[in-house]
Amino acid sequence: MKNIFKKIYLGILLLFMYAPIITLIVLSFNSSKSRAKWGGFTLNWYVRLFSDEAVASALINTFSIAVLATIFSTIIGTITCIAMIGLSPKLRSMIMGVTNIPMINADIVTGISLMLLFKFLHIGSGFSTILLAHITFDIPFVMLSVMPRIKNLNFYVYEAALDLGASPFYAFRKTMLPDIVPGIVSGALMAFTMSLDDFIITYFTKGSGFETLSTLIYNEVKRGIQPEIYALSAIIFVVVLTLLMIVYRVPNNKTKEK
Amino acid sequence: MKLFKNRQSAALMALPYILWAVVFIVVPLCMVIFYGITDDNGSFTMSNIATIAESGYFKALVKSVLLAVISTIICFLLAYPLGMILSSMKLKRNTYIVTLFILPMWMNFLLRTLTWMTLLEGKGVINTVLSFFGLPGINIINTSSAIVLGMVYNFLPFMILPIYNSLSKIDDNVINAARDLGAGTVQTFLKITLPLSAPGILSGITMVFIPALTTFAISTMLGGSKILLIGNIIEQQFTQAYNWHLGSGLSIVLMIFIFINMIIESMADKKGGQG
Amino acid sequence: MGRDLITLEHITKSYDGQTILDDLNLSIYENSFVTLLGPSGCGKTTTLRIIGGFEKPDTGRVIFDGKDITDLAPNKRQLNTVFQKYALFTHMNIYENIAFGLKIKNKSDSYIKDKIKYALKLVNLEGYENRMPDSLSGGQQQRIAIARAIVNEPKVLLLDEPLGALDLKMRQDMQYELKRLKEELGITFIYVTHDQEEALTMSDHIVVMNQGYIQQEGSPETIYNEPENAFVADFIGDSNIIRSTMIRDELVEILGAKFACVDKGFGENKPVDVVIRPEDVELVAPSEGTIEGVVTDLTFKGVHYEMDVEANGYEWLVHSTKLSEVGSKVGIKVDPFNIQIMNVPVSEDEEAISETV
Repeated sequence: MKNIFKKIYLGILLLFMYAPIITLIVLSFNSSKSRAKWGGFTLNWYVRLFSDEAVASALINTFSIAVLATIFSTIIGTITCIAMIGLSPKLRSMIMGVTNIPMINADIVTGISLMLLFKFLHIGSGFSTILLAHITFDIPFVMLSVMPRIKNLNFYVYEAALDLGASPFYAFRKTMLPDIVPGIVSGALMAFTMSLDDFIITYFTKGSGFETLSTLIYNEVKRGIQPEIYALSAIIFVVVLTLLMIVYRVPNNKTKEK
Repeated sequence: MKLFKNRQSAALMALPYILWAVVFIVVPLCMVIFYGITDDNGSFTMSNIATIAESGYFKALVKSVLLAVISTIICFLLAYPLGMILSSMKLKRNTYIVTLFILPMWMNFLLRTLTWMTLLEGKGVINTVLSFFGLPGINIINTSSAIVLGMVYNFLPFMILPIYNSLSKIDDNVINAARDLGAGTVQTFLKITLPLSAPGILSGITMVFIPALTTFAISTMLGGSKILLIGNIIEQQFTQAYNWHLGSGLSIVLMIFIFINMIIESMADKKGGQG
Repeated sequence: MGRDLITLEHITKSYDGQTILDDLNLSIYENSFVTLLGPSGCGKTTTLRIIGGFEKPDTGRVIFDGKDITDLAPNKRQLNTVFQKYALFTHMNIYENIAFGLKIKNKSDSYIKDKIKYALKLVNLEGYENRMPDSLSGGQQQRIAIARAIVNEPKVLLLDEPLGALDLKMRQDMQYELKRLKEELGITFIYVTHDQEEALTMSDHIVVMNQGYIQQEGSPETIYNEPENAFVADFIGDSNIIRSTMIRDELVEILGAKFACVDKGFGENKPVDVVIRPEDVELVAPSEGTIEGVVTDLTFKGVHYEMDVEANGYEWLVHSTKLSEVGSKVGIKVDPFNIQIMNVPVSEDEEAISETV
């Protein structure tokens, strides 16, 4: 009896989460432009989406910013975390305190503050400003997932490697890096998805004429929804679903082999 | 710990980020505060911040707080039972189901909001289905209810994840111990489960309340032009009115709210820790 | 010894098609210290959880003080449990932890205060009322878990591997502590462990379990000196277990040599298992022994030497205070009283036992 209630509750919440997405996917195949009527199956919206240059350039912008921001933030974040080992506790907690600001603060304030900075420095808005902003809010995600790994490091292993004649760099690479890598990977993944998904900070730092996927959708919505957007949603959903399935598959296979 | 020759060499390694953080985190924040307390001539004024007391602005602030509180409560009420169900399930299956619940979070935030525009419109999907069954339509698009719905839909995973994590960390034997000592189901829940999951609840509340309080996209998309939240007003100051001083002043007000929220939570956290 | 306080009748339990307990019958006497002993997965913890009410048996009944409590919820049972890894309430201080059960029973504040003072004194942790569980050591947390259980004056205290997370020294101290507590409280202790030394030190009565069956029960002396089958012999201390032939009453052929023994009634020329404890093997001059062998390994163990002796194709484990060098020839002699004869498993149940040996 209790189990039935649990399952019904799970089902209702899953329906709440997924019914809207499924509706969008269905509508993306609807040849009628009206949301209320089913006008027959069509792939027309997908064709139009792919021939839309604005969408194509927004997609390229979004991904190139996400990739670059992930690379830079992962490198800077990891190096800083390693440096933290040798810093005084006072300086360490100061750095972590400042790092926490973008995580705790509202995105709108972070966006505005960066916009003020860029205007003040007369840096032309566009690709570079968005990239700088994304690196800034990505670094905390990298550091927060690398720091716990750093704290759990066993320094005796490192010293043992030195004792056995390894150079400090070699010892670090062989003993400590392998322990940190999982933290770096999950930090990079977090940074990448945060960058892909960001709207608010991008919105304030992008300037006019430069669009990412998020800002493009926002503009389109203000003008009235075109069915191409449904097609875009459907594609993004399927891509996310496949990516997640791959990500979840990989560790599962590994544990099985063990 | 002889990874570094001395403190200086470690500091040298951390220097790039320290500079980065100063330029891109500390300085911009100081600029918001500077703009917030000056006027066009650069002289000190409190009028930007005081503007919040004017009726239009104040109404928007009150509405923002109200909607954010309502959304947070709804998210909590939906997520807590879910967290309990998920943490009580057998290990193998529940990672998949937990993933199912956070998966929509990975889809673009604006697309998620857009789905509700489509569903709630006057001639949208929900009303079409309702009228097909001869039921009266609902007309909540461009109302506060639609905004709350959008907030709950968008931010629910942020509540589910920390609550689920804190509940699944509770040792089964701690629950068994309470039962063993004579506590009934309700007593066990109130005295053991709920206080032990408090850290998860608190971080869930922050993760829902702050984005809900400061949003402008959800209110623009689901509230039409009729409902202005504090986020919308700040956005307009920067993108339409170009009054950076006023926009910064109102941002300071927002930050004060975030700060108060943090203090309340750290106090509650300490209290929870001491029983 | 006393009257039955808890009786388990025909208990069966399985998870996901795997049988954990199969038709288990067990009686526990009042005021005894009973230990359920066995390797992990033998069903001892499940048995304890069924008594505590955290698991329902698939079939069978649990009788407590003459009443059937099989379907009674844990919070309605007159027994308390000390859990693995303590299971203290980390969000409450020590006072609140111990007071938990009493507050639920609506005891008066002064009663609770007195009770806690008494309990903390009993476990040697006076003055710890305001500490948080996380600030205590493992051994201290374990004492608090015990105090939290006993203030409720249960008739039976269930202990689920309570010393498993402690280091060796702490474990030995706690063993004496528990024994003392049991004497002072005068209640029944049911103790689950996989540590045979713990079981032998503390218990009045040991129940050896494996693969869901009770292999043998009895006093520590009986279990140690007269194991009924190879599993018990192997599990309780080191043993030489050798497949042999019972020639006739009081004569057994071990590894081709005839040894006198005291057991009767196994038939003639029947296969049996022989158990000889390492301390019962005497090393003598080669000519004086029943079998001749060569010492292949030697380790000094403090109180005695541990030696491996290769004789007639079997490596004998020998404990002796007298040293025999590696490579030296020795004779093996065993006193007839120290040869324990056991039936070779024939039934299906016993087959399950021998598989793990």
